Parts: sequence; C-alpha cells; structure tokens
Amino acid sequence: MRGARHAKWAAAAAAVALAATACGGGGSGGSSGEGVLSAWWGDPQNPLEPANTTEVQGGKVLDMVMRGLKRYNPKTGAAEDAVAEKIETTDAQNFTVKLKDWKFSNGEQVTAESFVNAWNYAANVKNKQKGAPFFGYIEGYDKVHPEKGDPTAETMSGLKVVDPKTFTVKLNQKFSTWPETLGYNAFAPLPKAFFDDRDAWLSKPVGNGPYTVDNYAKGSAMNLKKWEEYPGADKAQNNGVDLRVYTENTAAYNDLVAGNLDLLDDVPAAQIQNVKNDVNGRYASPAAGIIQTLAFPFYKPEWKTEGAAKVRKGISRAINRKQITESIFHNTRTPATDWTSPVLKEEGGYKAGLCGADCEYDAAEAKKLITEGGGIPGGQLKISYNADGGSHKDWVDAVCNSINNALGDNKACVGNPIGTFADFRSKVTKGEMDGPFRAGWQMDYPLIQNFLEPLYYTGSSSNDGQWSNKDFDKLMNEANAEVDTKKAVETYQKAEKVVADDMAAIPLWYQNGSVAYSDRVSNVALNPFSIPVYGEIKVN
Amino acid sequence: MGRYVIRRLLQMIPVFFGATLLIFLMVNVMGDPVAGLCGDRKCDPAVAAQLKKDFGLDQPVWQQYLTYLGNLFTGDFGRAFNGQKVTELMSTAFPVTFRLTLVAIVFEIVIGISLGVLTGLRRGRPIDTGFLLLTLIVISVPTFVTGLLLQLLLGVKWGWVKPAVSPAATFDELLLPGLVLASVSLAYVTRLTRTSVAENARADYVRTAVAKGLPRRRVISRHLLRNSLIPVVTFIGTDVGALMGGAIVTERIFNIHGVGYQLYQGIVRQSSQTVVGFVTILVLVYLVANLIVDLLYAVLDPRIRYA
Repeated sequence: MRGARHAKWAAAAAAVALAATACGGGGSGGSSGEGVLSAWWGDPQNPLEPANTTEVQGGKVLDMVMRGLKRYNPKTGAAEDAVAEKIETTDAQNFTVKLKDWKFSNGEQVTAESFVNAWNYAANVKNKQKGAPFFGYIEGYDKVHPEKGDPTAETMSGLKVVDPKTFTVKLNQKFSTWPETLGYNAFAPLPKAFFDDRDAWLSKPVGNGPYTVDNYAKGSAMNLKKWEEYPGADKAQNNGVDLRVYTENTAAYNDLVAGNLDLLDDVPAAQIQNVKNDVNGRYASPAAGIIQTLAFPFYKPEWKTEGAAKVRKGISRAINRKQITESIFHNTRTPATDWTSPVLKEEGGYKAGLCGADCEYDAAEAKKLITEGGGIPGGQLKISYNADGGSHKDWVDAVCNSINNALGDNKACVGNPIGTFADFRSKVTKGEMDGPFRAGWQMDYPLIQNFLEPLYYTGSSSNDGQWSNKDFDKLMNEANAEVDTKKAVETYQKAEKVVADDMAAIPLWYQNGSVAYSDRVSNVALNPFSIPVYGEIKVN
Repeated sequence: MGRYVIRRLLQMIPVFFGATLLIFLMVNVMGDPVAGLCGDRKCDPAVAAQLKKDFGLDQPVWQQYLTYLGNLFTGDFGRAFNGQKVTELMSTAFPVTFRLTLVAIVFEIVIGISLGVLTGLRRGRPIDTGFLLLTLIVISVPTFVTGLLLQLLLGVKWGWVKPAVSPAATFDELLLPGLVLASVSLAYVTRLTRTSVAENARADYVRTAVAKGLPRRRVISRHLLRNSLIPVVTFIGTDVGALMGGAIVTERIFNIHGVGYQLYQGIVRQSSQTVVGFVTILVLVYLVANLIVDLLYAVLDPRIRYA
C-alpha cells in the first residue's frame, strides 16, 4: 500500500524530530505540609551568594538562611547583635569583633575565619560579586578590587584573625556607624563547604540562619525547613516556608484569593483597590525604606547652571504629590518631604519637612520659578523611565500632567519610555540622559548615611546624575568621622540640606510595602526592607 | 521519497544559520545587558568589566557569534546571567510547553474538526450560522482576555480548577490553559474544515460513493474527510511551531514555567544566551513540523508524490 509506505516516512521523520527535541522530566510540585506556609517568590537575578545578592528576592532567602554579625530588628530597624558578642572601637576606625558560640547547620563552627574568608572572597574582583563595593571601607580593598586590571593581593590587609572567636577590622577612613551596616546580607559568614565546592553550595545553600534549605528547584521553587538547633534568639515560629516562583504577580494573586497560596508580598497595582475585600482585610501596607525621586543629568551643562536649580525647584513645586499618591497609588505611597525615609525614625535622621516649601504644590509659584530660571532647558521636559515593569508609565504621565497643568502648556512635559530595565540602566550609567529620569533607592541598611552617600557623594556608586558639591562632600566626611551618633546624624542632616538647596534630585514619594495573606497564617509583618518576617509567621 | 526527506533536512542548515545570526544581532541591539544586573544601583565598574569578559561581551559581535556557534556544536548553549546553564533551563521548560502544546493540539483536532464536519454538512442551517458566529467571537477576542476571564471565573469564583499551574505542570492542570491557548486556532480549524467539507460534499466522488450505497459514516470518514483535511493539516502543522513559541501570554497568565516564560525572562533580563538558544530550538521545531506536514500530504492524498 502506497499510503502506508508514505505514512512510514512521515512517522520516521516525526521520530527523528522528537528525538532531537526530547528532553528530561519536569520539576516536582506538591503542597505545603503541616505547619508550613507557601509564599510568593520572584526568581532571583543572581546566584544566591551573600555578596552577590543585591535585590529583594534573593535577599529573602539569605534573610532566612544566613545570620551575620548584626540583624536589623524587624520592627524598629535597629541593628542588634546576632552572631556578634560585641563590636568595639575607640577611634571609629579600628574595630574589634567578638563572636558568640554559633554553628552552621552542617555542624561546622562559625569562627572568625568564616567571616574573614567570606569578606575577602566577596571583595576580590575575580569573584565578580555585585555587592563588592560594600567592603570598600575596609583597608586593603583597593588591592583586591582595583578599578582596572588584576588584584595585587588575595586578602584585605584590614582584616586580621586574632583567635577563633575574635577578629579585628581596620577601615581606610573613620566611619563611626560602620558596625550598623553589618546587618546587610553581604556581610554574612560562609562555611568551609562553600569554598570546597561552590557549585554544590549554590544549588543548596548552607548557612547559620533559622531555616535550612531542604530543596531548591532553580527558577521554580525553594523549600525551607525550620532548623531546630538554631542557636539564635529569633527561632522560626513555623515549620517551614515553601517559596514559589510565579510568572506574574496576577497569577499569584488569584492563587491567594482561591486559597492555594498563603503569602503574597507583591500585590498587583491593579488589585490594590480590591485587595482588602478579596482577602477579608488580611492585608497590610507598612512603610518601607524606599524613596522615589527624579534625578537630573548634571553632566549636561544646561542642567548645571544657577538658573537650572530654580527650574528644578519650580518643577518640584509643579508636581501635585498628594493627588498622584491618592489617585494613582491608592495611598501605597506617601508624598516625600525629605530625601530619606520615615522608617529611619527621627533619631535615625528622618526629618519630615526638610524640603520645606520646595516640595509643596503651588502652580503659580512653580511657573514663576521656572520662568526666573530661564525656562526648561531644551524647551521640553522628557522624563525617562523603563517601560517593562513596575507600571512607571502611569505615574510619569500623571507627573507630566501635573506639570503641564501648572504651567498651562500641554507640551511642557512628556514621558520618555525606554524598552527594558537593562537598557534604561545602561543609558543612565553611561550618562546618556538628556533630561530627568526615574530614580528609586531601596536602603541597604537603615542609616541616613545610606540615603545620601551612595547617591550624592562625588563619584559615588549610585550617583547616576553625577551631581557634585564640595560642601556636601565635606559634611559627609565630617559626619562619617563623628563618633557620637547623635552628632553624626545632625551633620548628615546638614549635608542633606545642601542637597535640598540645590534640589539635586526631586523627592517624589516614600514607597510602602504591601502584603496580603491567607486565613491559614497569622502574625504577618514586613520589615523595614519590605521583606516579610517569615520567622515570626504562625501557621494555624 | 527518502531523497526528498534528506533534501529537506539539508535545507534546514542555511535556515538554521540565518535564523541564529538574525536573532543574535537583534538581541545585541538591545544594549548592555550587564547594566540591568545590579538593580537600581550602578554596577561596580570592575565587577561589570569582569562579567563582560566572562560572557565574552567585550569582543566584537561577529566574534561573539562565532564563539557561540562553536560552543553550540559541542552542545554548550551557554549560561543565563543567574549562572544556570541554558540547557538546564531547556530541560525543564520544553517538556512543560510540549505538554501544553499537545493538549492544545488535541483540542484543536478533536473539537475543531468535529465542529467543522458538523457545520460543513449542515451548511446554511441554524447550527452552521450559530457556530460561525461563535468562532467569529473567539477569533476577535484576544487570548489574554479569554485567559484572565476564565482564570477568574473557573479558578477564583467557582473554584473548579487551581488558577495557577504548579511547577510540575501535569496534564490535568494544563487542560484550561491548553483550551485557552488553542481557542483561536480551534476556531480557525473549525472554519477551514467546514469550508473544505462543504465544498467536497458536492464532489463527483462523494456522489459516486453515495450512489454505490456505501453507509453514510463510511462516505464521510473515508472519502469526504480524508480529502478535505489537507488545508487543515497544513494549518495544524504550522500551528505547532506557533503554539510552542507563542504561548508567552498564556504561560504568564497561568504561571506555566515553559518556553514562553523563559523567553520572556531572557528578553527582560537581556540574557542573549537564553533567547538565542530557545529561539534556535523553536526554529528547528517549526522546520521539522513543516516537513512532517508536507509528508502527511502524501499520506492523505495518494496523488501527491515526492521524488
């Protein structure tokens, strides 16, 4: 039969094709067990090394699996001793660190070497750790992390092991509040197992935190189990956490409402209005250490002039922050009146109203300031943002509308979308911006210093607008060297005032976190970094 | 016949090179991928330089392409920026999307062709007009609307299915996403089959078969349907490729960690290795699906021969 013969060939071709595209089996699923909660997760962008994780999703895991010298109190944000017994200094430059008796979950002792080796590993440019600049204050950093070329040393000269429970740190400048930065994940210790077999460690991280990694299916899920012998005070209150990667937060939201998911800390913007009804009020939106600003390209001469400072103040006064936070964000943002964040609290350096009238909406005054300053450089304000996520278009358009209305010119301001986040960041860091651009800052540690130095200090890592001011730099140096914390904070605020006087960036609003949860869990809270405090969650 | 297959397989080689080169260039136009790796802060310049060196991004594009091709022939598809091997991503993503496509195709064949035959044989009757209208609606409503609506109704409001698919993505979980994915094509298959059946129903050989006194069932299945299926098979064959690559929207809505999701992630994170690798495989799938369609013609219609 001819037909049959042809069928044979078709079948043969199909078999070849199938063999060529055939692949292994899929991942494993399964529901959460007794006392275990399931939580939304985003796929971390980088491998889960402590110093290589600079975003929230990886940070969640490290927060559960690792413990550093300090830990930020999930309620107050204060840096409290975790593995550190005490950290002492007399001159704000030389520190002696004493450790508590502590173990890794694989039985290894946490020693001074666990820290020193981890930090040297993190700082070495050859290891390509994105958090390496956090170690920049330690003496000898420039040798292991030169700006160009290969490192000339393997270890930082500022780190010395005294005995298994003690090590000393010498900084390359005075920095009195340096110990308070040590709660950041990048400073976590690493066990020997990491240095013996990095790949194996990355596929199943072993740490010294309240949870251990039970199973990690990269890109789809991670199952964490309570570590019963955890030596710290903050033992997990549940038996474990199942982190599930979702393709989109809308899918996660539907799963939560349908009762298949226990915790979602990224409520879709479109659902903010409905969330309280949908989950019967099991929703919270506490303040987070995030501020959104508009940054300016100070590498363009037209933005550097005296008049341009007036124009920036004028633009700031033309933005109706209250209206935008209400109508666009449904009060999940709060209008900003300084350049830090309310989570710092007053004693930490937050000062409501530091911006003064310059951050208050006044259309007439805005128009006057902009005209006095010589008008908007280039005739039109183009606000650049990345169009691929975070629904930035909505608020940029709203800001532009507000400016256009204030100036009575509907072409004064337009949004300038840039396709992807990566492309946006690449243009920003290369200095290719012509006008203002979206800038967001999420704090690494709850210190006012972290809201100022990385963003406005001359040549600093995140000073994207390349703003530079001698007075500001001088005040920052003074504040860093100040041993008395209260005086240091006052000096930081003086420096912040310099930022305000020049309107180096227009503060827009403070961002809140958002979390919704199922009726299976209780005692849900977000810490000042807007990460859920997993360890304190109780499963009913 | 054998020579024909070999010739077609050989033709895939230039298509393969052309496609990979085009995709490679397009991904490179998107700009500097390392800048997106450090969030809202600037990457440390020394670290960024090391990363670029590692991924070979400091070399000219043509050299990057040659290196990539060289690695490809040793089975090395490179690594995504999170350090995962692209082959590892493929081994988890392709089986999932393959299952989803299979579900969708089965829906297309079973429902699409049955409805097509039903309406084709009752041309002009109310049932025909009714389904014609229905397919028109399905075609004109975008997939993400159908998807989100069904997810909300069946998943959240009525609780018949889980709104999000688990990482295991078993067949029963994929029924709803598969139906959504197939919906538009399903409507097209119905329409194609209907037209073809309606046309052939009046052909001489059908009248002959009826006149011979063959039972109606046999006339329809052996004579009428077999001849009417050629355009439908063409459509379904090319649709396999389209479904596997075009499931981006459906996969994101239903939380399916398949090819579409990985491609989306790759594009957003500008991970050229992921995008080029996945698209290359998709191009191959498309080519092979087309070849199988061409060979199936000969099975359906003995008058068609390949030499």
